[in-house]
Amino acid sequence: MSLCVEVSKKGQDGREELFTINMGPHHPSTHGVLRLFLELDGETIIKCEPIIGYLHRGVEKLSENLGYPQTLVLSDRLDYIASAANNVAFCLAFEKLLSLKVPRRARLIRTIVGEMARISSHLLWLATHALDIGAMTVFLYCFRDREWLLSIFEKICGARLTHTYVRIGGVRLDFTEEIIEELKKFTEVFPERILEYETLIDVNRIWLKRTKGIAVVDPETALNLGLTGPVLRGSGIPYDVRKFRPYDAYDEVEFEVPVGKNGDTYDRYRVRMLELRQSNRIIKQCLEKLRETEGEPILAEEAPDLLLPTKVREPEPKPHPKKGFIFTGKEVPVIPPGEAFASIESPKGELAVYVISDGGTNPWRLRIRTPSFVHISAMGELAKGHMVADLIAIIGTLDLVLGDCDR
Amino acid sequence: MEKLLTELKELFSNFILEQKEKDVPTIVCQREGFLKVVSFLKERGFKHLIDLCGVDYQGYKAEKISERFGVVYHFYNLEERLLLRVKVPVPEDDPWQYSLTSLWKTANWFERECYDMFGILFKGHPDLRRILMPEDWEGYPLRKDYPLFLSPEEEWKGYKEFLKQVRGER
Repeated sequence: MSLCVEVSKKGQDGREELFTINMGPHHPSTHGVLRLFLELDGETIIKCEPIIGYLHRGVEKLSENLGYPQTLVLSDRLDYIASAANNVAFCLAFEKLLSLKVPRRARLIRTIVGEMARISSHLLWLATHALDIGAMTVFLYCFRDREWLLSIFEKICGARLTHTYVRIGGVRLDFTEEIIEELKKFTEVFPERILEYETLIDVNRIWLKRTKGIAVVDPETALNLGLTGPVLRGSGIPYDVRKFRPYDAYDEVEFEVPVGKNGDTYDRYRVRMLELRQSNRIIKQCLEKLRETEGEPILAEEAPDLLLPTKVREPEPKPHPKKGFIFTGKEVPVIPPGEAFASIESPKGELAVYVISDGGTNPWRLRIRTPSFVHISAMGELAKGHMVADLIAIIGTLDLVLGDCDR
Repeated sequence: MEKLLTELKELFSNFILEQKEKDVPTIVCQREGFLKVVSFLKERGFKHLIDLCGVDYQGYKAEKISERFGVVYHFYNLEERLLLRVKVPVPEDDPWQYSLTSLWKTANWFERECYDMFGILFKGHPDLRRILMPEDWEGYPLRKDYPLFLSPEEEWKGYKEFLKQVRGER
């Protein structure tokens, strides 16, 4: 923990001695490289200013210099805990540009993969959130089940975390019988597992004291701060992109959108726990529907090739002084010019992709609106007046991933 | 949606330059009347500002764009489930735009990022600093004339100083 303490005296009432403390960027409970600039009166937070950018990799700039399918690989590295969801968001935007129709089987598979990503993300959130607050056992239980999901992912596409599984116009590989059976087994066992976690912390007195009444957001402020996903729903606004602007196969399946009442850390925890059950329900329904579409295609016929055609690359005699060895020749228009906006309900909130095409092989501009970025911007507001120890709970409840935030 | 668009056209005919029906209903708005249009939209239920981003159109050939920069907003109406895109052209020689921080707190960081990446100034922003790049960074990375790779002479000062420090100590 890097602590730089600075004491400034503001002796108006004689008691005010404000501490200025840097928390992070290498603090274990900031879940990455988040730096918080704190002004403290004793242990009470007067001002909290998050400082980000330590994990900035310039995904938006890089995407402008890569082909459309190649940007999907970068999307994995945004929110690396739920990379399938990011892939879906990118593909939806590109498909809108191409006006592609994705086959039903592919849409069902995407829904399943998206919900699997949600479950694995929520499990990791619960594990680390509980660990930060002091409950070690939950961590082990959650990782046991997350491991199972990751091994299913491995069977689906060969990768455990950064699976570029979804591609423009469909998915890369079909589900085999073995995967369907394994997933079925998972959905049968999982509801009992959720009960296991809940018995550990749901009525645990320490858990309740650490989470109830912490970082309360009323619905009006939550919208104003731009909060989305479980954080917004914890405040009682049932905004879920899956219901409001259905994509993939979400209009075919039945599920509920759980909402909280008080808008505190405990309600957001409850919302996520209920969401786990709904995700499980969605996977179950989709698996049944997969049986109906046996043997149907998983890729649209007009889907672009993974390597978009470009002019034959002429070897450059020496690297371009500004651009290195990046191909600078003329490109054949493949993606029609225009713009497209697609947003999905990623496990952390609303993930929106806005892409502008000029008709070339590379996006002209690719804008990614990530939930973590907005949630961190709201942290200063949420942390005001709380104790330093509660800050750990607030970081946990917002479900931050710094890769998602800094891009 | 159509009702709203016609209403907008009647009320703000001076400011709204264009209306387009793309994948999302789009209005192109002058920055002079922008704040009026947006406060009207917020009163009409567009309470969720999904996104705010800058765009650099230098060398864009697919469509004729009058100004080099643009700021693109996406608003969402939760009750009526409407999505609206508002585009504001920003000229190159005078890159500024009105800030939305008084209406949406979430605009604060979005605008800082837009300033960081494109150098568009936001009037009325309480704390316009770089956010993703280091504070002493030079240039605006997402502009089209900013190169993908820099030569060693043009590298960021902070990195060079860091290297000097490390090598000097050894």
